[in-house]
Amino acid sequence: MAMVGMEGSLAMAEAVRLANADVVAAYPITPQTHIVERLAEMVANGELNAAYVPVESEHSAMSACLGSSATGARTFTATAGQGLELMHEVLYVASSLRLPIVMGVANRALSSPLSVWGDHSDVMAVRDTGWIQIFVENGQQAFDLTLCAFRIGEDPKVLFPVMIHMDGFHVSHVVEPLYLLNEEQVKGFLPPYKHPFPLDTDNPVTMGAFAVPILYTEARKSQETALRGTRGIINKVWSDFGKLSGRHYQAVEHYRSDNADTLLLTMGSYSEIAMEAVDQLRERGEKVGLIRLRLWRPFPFEELRQATKACRTLVVLDRCISPGGPPGPVCSETKAALYSQKKRPNIAGFIGGLGGRDLSVPEFVQMVERGRVIAAEGGEEIEMIGVRG
Amino acid sequence: MENFAIYVPRLLPQKEYFAPGHRACIGCGEALALRLVTKALGREVIISNATGCMEIVSSPFPTTSWRVPWIHTLFENASAVASGIEAALKIMKEKGMRTKMPKVVAMGGDGATLDIGLQSLSGAWERGHDFIYVCFDNEAYMNTGIQRSSGTPFGAATTTSPAGKLSIGQTTWKKNMPAIAVAHDIPYVATACPSYPFDLMEKVNKAVATKGPSYLHVLSPCPTGWRHPPDVSVKIGRLAVETGVFPLYEVENGKYKLNVDFPKLRPVRDYLSPQGRFRHLPKDEVERIQQGVIREYQKLKKKVEA
Repeated sequence: MAMVGMEGSLAMAEAVRLANADVVAAYPITPQTHIVERLAEMVANGELNAAYVPVESEHSAMSACLGSSATGARTFTATAGQGLELMHEVLYVASSLRLPIVMGVANRALSSPLSVWGDHSDVMAVRDTGWIQIFVENGQQAFDLTLCAFRIGEDPKVLFPVMIHMDGFHVSHVVEPLYLLNEEQVKGFLPPYKHPFPLDTDNPVTMGAFAVPILYTEARKSQETALRGTRGIINKVWSDFGKLSGRHYQAVEHYRSDNADTLLLTMGSYSEIAMEAVDQLRERGEKVGLIRLRLWRPFPFEELRQATKACRTLVVLDRCISPGGPPGPVCSETKAALYSQKKRPNIAGFIGGLGGRDLSVPEFVQMVERGRVIAAEGGEEIEMIGVRG
Repeated sequence: MENFAIYVPRLLPQKEYFAPGHRACIGCGEALALRLVTKALGREVIISNATGCMEIVSSPFPTTSWRVPWIHTLFENASAVASGIEAALKIMKEKGMRTKMPKVVAMGGDGATLDIGLQSLSGAWERGHDFIYVCFDNEAYMNTGIQRSSGTPFGAATTTSPAGKLSIGQTTWKKNMPAIAVAHDIPYVATACPSYPFDLMEKVNKAVATKGPSYLHVLSPCPTGWRHPPDVSVKIGRLAVETGVFPLYEVENGKYKLNVDFPKLRPVRDYLSPQGRFRHLPKDEVERIQQGVIREYQKLKKKVEA
């Protein structure tokens, strides 16, 4: 297919159109709005045969998605920041009822102060909602991984909702060159959604019963086992997608990490700036590489351990602060994942890129240099990068 | 005509869709109302139930009282879930993915309807989804232990509007939910009570036949919260209607109609005195309630005559 120039939000909407979604229920919020505006337009123009439900809040957006998905319709929504927070309690129900809703999240900071710009505070607040969570770094990935999300979530062995995280503005509003797929290609890749027990008058089901203490733990355990068990399908879907498109995705991805004694670890769009920093450092002859977490949930423990076992220093960037807690959710989870390893790197955590603040190449270089010192000293203090005062 | 009351029940559907064995309190007016509503709805429905008494008594895993497809998710979102179901059914039928279009019904108590779920209900009405909303109004948060809601009547004692030295209990007047429904210009709004079962079921039938949103507000006597003996629930419901406290009426396309009218309303104390929640009320407060009831009833009659 020919290369096109397209904004990240519109690329995601295009993936939803090609997936032939049945229901889109959404509420506007910056910087997500372009996604659902485009979908509403597609429905209005007859480009997408779907019901567009313009609900009165994000809480109702996710609630309408529950009803739609439980009825057996392929269901999509998108949100960001405060909207994701307003959905919060509904998100747990989606994963517990095993409804494979796909949601685009244009990651945004949380109030206050009010900020419409990007960071990962919204993601981290919904970390434990039981969704499969995937990060993209650019518009191409937003398109590719949204398509894959439908197939992953709707697989009868999976049946979990999937969030596709794309950084607000840095991905959602940037026009980039990218390759789309055509209807025929998508048809072969994505089978129709068939929920095994939809709401149906011929086979009545009771969904959303309550569990007494002798059952609740077992319900949670079975859900947890199922979520961890999705890894094989996720890999299979990405592998099939690679064969179809030539674009290959993995739970943990590498950039010039061979023989690296220092590794940067990032998640989301800032990975691309980190790559430039790695290039500069490599030119200087330094053994520096980058690994990126593509899959945030279920957490790729094994891949992360494999990726970090040979390096001496690991420098982790968090775009979210855990107030009063350990320095950054990604860093603390990385530390937790590596703690059991006999041979593990020294780890330094940085917090930066909050509320849309840019991080430049020199700042990544600085993180590497400063990180080596902190990591060697075993420092636990929070270090914020690019902060004044 | 005098045998009418004996004959009519034989015309009713025998089939029950809300199965016995649920865990509602003895004498529960809400469970009776729900049984009658589901009987009238029949099998071609999908129900979205808000958290509350009827949800919790009917669905302890792995058992269920529901013989129709039923989904419960949260407290304040039954209407939004119903919106999603209705939108999905329509588009799936259009795309040839489903053959039938069952009626979508959302239901909840007064807390789920008048308070926490009002926004999502208003949104669903405004968008014009083809669904029925049934509010089973027992006038407080009974499931959590009799806390006041905006549906609790003036003067009633609840655990969060207790009567005391400085308080007569609830100090605000009941929120007029049917009027809020009418203000949304939806095609069908009705009040009902399980003490008038045929009227209730007839209204359910009308709601099923209505294209677009419809709202049923069902007063559901609650022996536990209203503090009356469980064997008088039906009688209490009749007294609510006969005193004018809860008139039975319907609003079809904006046109009001009083279904049961009385040449002379019974005094309101006949309704208040059997209920422990009003036990503490001094005479002047009873009189204040009486005046309030007359005032509201006259307002309603004006709308009927308009």
